[in-house]
Amino acid sequence: MFDWRWDFTWEILPRLVAATGNTLMAAGFGYALAVVLGLVFALAQRTPYRALTLAVRETVEFIRSTPLVLQIFFVFYVGPQFGLRLSPWTAGMIAIGLHYASYLSEVYRGGLESVPKGQWEAATSLNLSTARTYFRVIIPQALPPSLAGMGNYLVGIFKDTPMLSVIGVAELMHTATAIGSETYRYLEPYTLVGIIFLAISLPTAAGIRIFEAWVRRKLGMS
Amino acid sequence: MSYFEFLSQYGDRLASGTLITMLLTVLSALLAIAIALAMGLMRLAPNALIRGIATVYIEIFRGTSLLVQLYWIFFVLPLFGITLEKFTAGFVAVGMNLGAYGAELVRGAILSVPRGQWEAALALNMSPAKRMLRVILPQALLIMLPPWGNLMIELLKGTALVALIAVADLMFQAKQINGSTFLSAQTFGTALIVYYILARFMITPFMRWLERFMTRKLGRA
Repeated sequence: MFDWRWDFTWEILPRLVAATGNTLMAAGFGYALAVVLGLVFALAQRTPYRALTLAVRETVEFIRSTPLVLQIFFVFYVGPQFGLRLSPWTAGMIAIGLHYASYLSEVYRGGLESVPKGQWEAATSLNLSTARTYFRVIIPQALPPSLAGMGNYLVGIFKDTPMLSVIGVAELMHTATAIGSETYRYLEPYTLVGIIFLAISLPTAAGIRIFEAWVRRKLGMS
Repeated sequence: MSYFEFLSQYGDRLASGTLITMLLTVLSALLAIAIALAMGLMRLAPNALIRGIATVYIEIFRGTSLLVQLYWIFFVLPLFGITLEKFTAGFVAVGMNLGAYGAELVRGAILSVPRGQWEAALALNMSPAKRMLRVILPQALLIMLPPWGNLMIELLKGTALVALIAVADLMFQAKQINGSTFLSAQTFGTALIVYYILARFMITPFMRWLERFMTRKLGRA
């Protein structure tokens, strides 16, 4: 019943570790995209233009309430229908980046709203431009309360990268499935994938909590 | 092919997929709630072993991906003599995964019931079980309902992954139709809209109603 084979484990481990590199790269690129786009989404919802605010708000809601795996398929297959061919990596990064950008925009929104109104008034009375007020006054103060959410979604995006395997991005899950179909052994590859995920996500989550506490202390907020 | 022709030709397949998705959502939600309650309470148990079991469960299911868990349950569990039919494997994986997230909500909500309520129940000489069931849990339920609303949408989205083990849900039907017609924008677009409708116009209003209902029940309206 239980026939774990150690020789097979050592044989496939290097391939899985190499694929972990791709997984981390996908999570990193996707997150970088999401961090920037999320800020754009959050700031767009604070502009005085009603139509823009509403459109962005609804888009964010739409992306947040629909499955990421379906969005990955959508981005990957809809392009070619209109003559735009995207590589699996590009399509995957766009889909996962957009998905997490909409999550992060909610995190930022909460952070931005937590900055007291007096800060805006003070910046106005100092005759700072809107851009300068945002980048020098508001965003630095909105950042610490956003850190916990940002950290959670960093771990979240890492855990969602296996979905990229459905369009053929050669990340960890894709490699494990390939090993499984070559050798007809699924026990070791899939179990190792689980262990690798745990080994990365648990320390990362702990590290983020420590970092968050450190930032708060640095800024004299706790 | 116009969009209406597309809908009349493939509408019933998408509809049957939607029904499967809804069924999966309800079943995995029930499982997730049961697991969340059990694990959430176990996390607060005085016995270190029971607490440890719950912690390990929660960390494993929250530390790895739903897709990894689904594949593990479907492809690896049979090697241990537990073969689940794909539909069952699908909702069990989704329920167990989201249950781990729910357990943390349950724990947090129970801990945020004011201290005085615990002391009052103690002063009234209630047994620990009665105190939990009649005093603490109802109030904790009200505290945790709003985050459960988000979790239910995550759960609906999670069910889309079962298409990858060939359960004929909405995602799977969309994939199949796309494979034979290459009308990607229409198929995946329609499926996205259906998921959005399920999330925004069924789950969200239901959870809002539940919040109002519970508020009235507890005489807090």
